[in-house]
Amino acid sequence: MTAIDPTIASAKSERGWYKRNEIAVTPWLFLAPAILFFAFYVLWPIYQSIAISFYDWDGLGEARYVGMANYVELMDDSAFEVSLWNNLKWLLLYLLAIPGGLFIALFLNQTVTGIRLYKSLFFFPFVISQVVVGLVFSWFYLPNEGLLNGVLGLVGLGPINVLGDPTMATYGIIAAGLWPQTAYCMILYLTGLNAVDPEQIEAGRLDGAKGWKMLWYIIIPQLKPATFIAFVVTIIGALRSFDLISIMTNGGPFGQTRVLSFYMFEKALSEYGFRMGYGAAIAVVLFLIMLIFIAYFLWSMWAEEKGR
Amino acid sequence: MRFTTKTMLMALAGSTMLAGAASAELTGDLKIFLDTSNPAPRATMEAMIADFQELHPDLTIETTIIDRDAYKTQIRNFLTADSPDVATWYAANRMTPFVEAGLFEDVSDLWQEPEIAEALASTKGAMTIDDKQWGVAYTYYQWGIYYRKDIYEELGLSEPANFDEMKSNCAAIIDSGRKCYTIGTKFLWTAGGWFDYLNMRTHGFDFHMELAQGKVKWTDDRVKQTFANWRELIDMGAFVDNHQNYSWQESLPFIVNGEAAAILKGNFAVAPLREAGLDDNKLDFYQFPAINPDVELAEDAPTDTFHIPAKAQNKDNAREFLRFVVSANVQTEINNGANLGQLPVNAKSAVDDDKFLNEGFAMLSENSPGGVAQFFDRDFPAEMANEAMQGLQEFMVFPDNLDDILKRLDKVQERVYQ
Repeated sequence: MTAIDPTIASAKSERGWYKRNEIAVTPWLFLAPAILFFAFYVLWPIYQSIAISFYDWDGLGEARYVGMANYVELMDDSAFEVSLWNNLKWLLLYLLAIPGGLFIALFLNQTVTGIRLYKSLFFFPFVISQVVVGLVFSWFYLPNEGLLNGVLGLVGLGPINVLGDPTMATYGIIAAGLWPQTAYCMILYLTGLNAVDPEQIEAGRLDGAKGWKMLWYIIIPQLKPATFIAFVVTIIGALRSFDLISIMTNGGPFGQTRVLSFYMFEKALSEYGFRMGYGAAIAVVLFLIMLIFIAYFLWSMWAEEKGR
Repeated sequence: MRFTTKTMLMALAGSTMLAGAASAELTGDLKIFLDTSNPAPRATMEAMIADFQELHPDLTIETTIIDRDAYKTQIRNFLTADSPDVATWYAANRMTPFVEAGLFEDVSDLWQEPEIAEALASTKGAMTIDDKQWGVAYTYYQWGIYYRKDIYEELGLSEPANFDEMKSNCAAIIDSGRKCYTIGTKFLWTAGGWFDYLNMRTHGFDFHMELAQGKVKWTDDRVKQTFANWRELIDMGAFVDNHQNYSWQESLPFIVNGEAAAILKGNFAVAPLREAGLDDNKLDFYQFPAINPDVELAEDAPTDTFHIPAKAQNKDNAREFLRFVVSANVQTEINNGANLGQLPVNAKSAVDDDKFLNEGFAMLSENSPGGVAQFFDRDFPAEMANEAMQGLQEFMVFPDNLDDILKRLDKVQERVYQ
């Protein structure tokens, strides 16, 4: 490779190619494993999904190129429409976990005997598996034996079948999802509250700020990093919602609680699913929705870096 | 016991060899994939394979048992990549995707052999696609109405012979503060069973199959007639409330506790009901009654099957294993009450002396002149079945949505059968 005559080579070029380009190459070497894995496990599958979405393929035989036909069919698919709306409901209502988590965190941010125990009790739902949360809530909602209807019965309200009613079921599942998600946001805010500057609170108090004004103008601005992270994890949590739906209603009653991820699974990978292309098309739509948020997250992180 | 079984098998092995040259013992490998993951079927299959091993001591048998539900998706992978020599699956339309993709071996040659051709004639139709046979059945079971005998006796009711009696029985049961039928439709397929029976009783087996093959529209008036019959039961309040919340297992307590009087289900429901405390004095069985007296009775009898993947390495060994599985004595053994507790596919086998197996066998062999269907999600193409079962569940909860549902199913039908 290095065909340089050693006798006329300068001291500098005596060093190997790597030594000469060390500063430029080393970062890439360190990045290489991550880039490789990212390309192989993220970029390549994204490309493949998009490619498959143009085919009619049952996962076994020959794939038939159909162009945009899968997407055209999606436009006209009422089940897809229902899933899309449900995804929107998830995105909006799931954000309730952020104020919920904030207020629990404010409530728990005090020194009382046994506060650690209370904190862990509030954090508990986040530790247990989503599948268990789903099971607990589906028993809670049971139309005859469930606790919810027991309580409603005490105040004279008729029994309701939350998960069996197509208009209520999605909200029922979101409520179940909010339980652990609120706990997660709470823990983020609790750590955030530790970093709140006591001097600023003191200064605010001297200027006569208290109650809501103190919270809104002094505390919350200082919690911005925690709010950002809470927002990110909640959005991602809402878009990933799958296990709760699978456990609590299996997409039913008659497909009214499906979201895009569940519908994609059902079309492509479930017991009766033999439409890889159609499933991939749904996945691409879900990816595009996620891309909006990912772009926003990246942009705000970049803006933050630049501002420093 | 063991000894006698073994000797029987030896004798039998001798007889089945006639067709397949004089090859005495097999050598080489045999890789078997099974979906029989429930405890009883698992033990049955393991014992059967051990017997086969004893016949062929030089054969290296490798058995893999996969969870029954996981198997349904994994089969697509292992048939295309790392094929076993023998794999379990289901009969009729559930085979179609694999047959069309060329992943199942054509075993029509086995069906030419006199033993199989004669003894297994009853399941030949379910194994046939494009005039070729793609595997062999190893067990099947009847569907029908399992009911609480004690409740019927208390109310002075008898097994209904026609739809009017079915409805008048039901009215009496509802008056006594119970529901007529328990059902859990969370996983949809249970509703398919009701549709199968109502449609076959209203218009007959042939019409039902035409619908399954996409030759009849869902908005056809005859299909609407079936739903009208179903609606009569729904409007009476015949089914338990909130059935969309329950799996079929979760719907069983209603019949065990006497809150519902009956369930339409396959024979696999007997084991859990017996375990829950319903002995033969309390639990009984009757055939789904006639609705239209002009159509011949037809039944659902889902069949479980063995296949040889097209990419199998040891097809001769696999064929020998299939011959072994369907042979009369093995069929008697694996389907008896201590094992699978289902019906043998071989006409020369004996049905175990169990009340429900006997009734089911008599029903299928003597009182099902119209034909034998597999089951809704096995007769209809997978995608059609899935959409349709969702519609059936919706219909059971909101019968008024019927027109909307049928229009939607027409649209799916147009796409699926194109």
